[in-house]
Amino acid sequence: MTTDKVLMKGNEAFAEAAIRGGARLYFGYPITPQSEVPEYMSRELPKVGGCFIQAESELGAINMAYGAGAAGGSVFISSSSPGIALMQEGMSFLCSAEVPLLAMNVSRGGPGIGGIQPGQADYYQVTRGGGNGDYHIPVFAPSSIQEAVDLLYEGTELAQTWRNPIMVFTDGMIGQMMEPVKLPDYKPVLKPSEIAGQRNWACTGYDDRGGDRERRVVKSLRMQPEKLEEHVENLFAKYARAEKELARWESENLKGAEVVFVAFGTTARICREAIEILAAQGVKAGLIRPISLWPFPNKAFDEIDWSATKAVVSAELSMGQMITDVQLALNGRLPVFLAHRTGGMVPTSPEVAQRAKAVLEGLK
Amino acid sequence: MQRIIVVAGHYGSGKTELAVSLAMDLSARKDRAYPRLAVVDLDVANPYFRSRERMQLLRDHHVSLYADVFNSTGTTAELPALTAALRAPLEDEGCRTIVDLGGNDAGARVLKQFSKYFQGEDHELWAVVNFRRYETLTVENAREHVEAIQRELEMPVTGLVNNTHLLRETTAEIIREGYEKAKQLSRNMGIPLLATCYPAGLVSPEALADIAPLRPLGLYMRPAYLDK
Repeated sequence: MTTDKVLMKGNEAFAEAAIRGGARLYFGYPITPQSEVPEYMSRELPKVGGCFIQAESELGAINMAYGAGAAGGSVFISSSSPGIALMQEGMSFLCSAEVPLLAMNVSRGGPGIGGIQPGQADYYQVTRGGGNGDYHIPVFAPSSIQEAVDLLYEGTELAQTWRNPIMVFTDGMIGQMMEPVKLPDYKPVLKPSEIAGQRNWACTGYDDRGGDRERRVVKSLRMQPEKLEEHVENLFAKYARAEKELARWESENLKGAEVVFVAFGTTARICREAIEILAAQGVKAGLIRPISLWPFPNKAFDEIDWSATKAVVSAELSMGQMITDVQLALNGRLPVFLAHRTGGMVPTSPEVAQRAKAVLEGLK
Repeated sequence: MQRIIVVAGHYGSGKTELAVSLAMDLSARKDRAYPRLAVVDLDVANPYFRSRERMQLLRDHHVSLYADVFNSTGTTAELPALTAALRAPLEDEGCRTIVDLGGNDAGARVLKQFSKYFQGEDHELWAVVNFRRYETLTVENAREHVEAIQRELEMPVTGLVNNTHLLRETTAEIIREGYEKAKQLSRNMGIPLLATCYPAGLVSPEALADIAPLRPLGLYMRPAYLDK
């Protein structure tokens, strides 16, 4: 640990945390509000023996990540909403081929090219996937730079353990803001000569003049339907384990809360201030903050104080996407409402507090 | 203090906070020599946390704000499409003008097209330093940054401002630790240390009584929810 806290911009801290967590390859294309990540990587990766390549597009970047990951490299990529949209085909391929990847979406307002202010309207994109076929990507949504640092630091190892892309989903506000952070120590990284042994699936080069191992194949094409079905069933056995092991959340003030907010990322911070505003007006409010968005932390909702809570408010920087998962988790046990702004607008804490009060009034 | 104050520094050193705070202070102090007051937001490197976000506050205090051509439309592009109007405060001898640059040498570059206004004596170029920023933790690193800005602008930095802070986690010790490094930087570079900033309401000036000159900074740029 660096003993003292330092002040870092979100995007710089994300890049540094990925490096310290073991990522050594970065392929990307600049896009606001995350362009400081490739800028930082281009400057810092060569200093630690890594490699930065500015791809010709996000399509190029994701396919470079696919190839380098298949060869056993520790790859980190980042982009923002429309750029992540371009990468969706590649994500599906990586999941099918079980290629590890640490990815980050510093999201902005959409749809289309949208704007450059913060958004969370890629919730469906990152949790449901925009690529084809049956697959899942574990998604984590930090609400502070420190939490993002910790998740990205863990991310390379998680991706290798699960042999799957891991997505950190944050928004432009957290990417662009400054915060004091504690940086973790550099993790040891594999030497190129150690990759074939440690990552015993990686295509590190087959020696046909008498190599000492079997050929390795990384692929997503399976032309026999029986084989493809068996492969997808195996992937889903892995995803079922991930649903148990990777669900993460935090809850605050649930006991006695009349209304419970569900919010992630920047919006969770706004809800914390809204909870203080409501408390000053005599209304008890609580917060469930999903940290993993897939798997969605359904168990968090079992902690609700059923004797006190009358309504749940999903607070989002979108027209309401996570609300679908909140409704599924609650399964009709409580009415669910939405507090939102979209298009790069961020609701103020008093607006969110007012919405919660109006919801409670309406239920009387 | 000269008529035009150009504020440069590392990303996140606190340039914009200093520029807005300085404008607010000057607006409260009527100065006969400068009946008009302006902030020129030249941050074309970064689309978030720019002084133009506080346009209404500044206007309410009779400070004119100049930025890019889209400024009046509320567009948030990071385009170096500057309005010709922002030459007005630079040319107006009755206008005290604070120029808020973007971060680093790259963010400062935009000023070069206005170099004809900086040939005379009526301006100062301040470099804000925060010794708790990851890339300027040491005197040497801070020096490299200040030198890069001077090289880019082909203008000497005329004063340093110590704004060592960790946002709401700032303590008197953190400021003092930065002050010691800032004094060293000032000696090494032969550039005067103009002020040490402290966040008003968070750190008491009594705890920094041994440091002079001190300058309180109102925290205008950061919404409260970001510290929840």
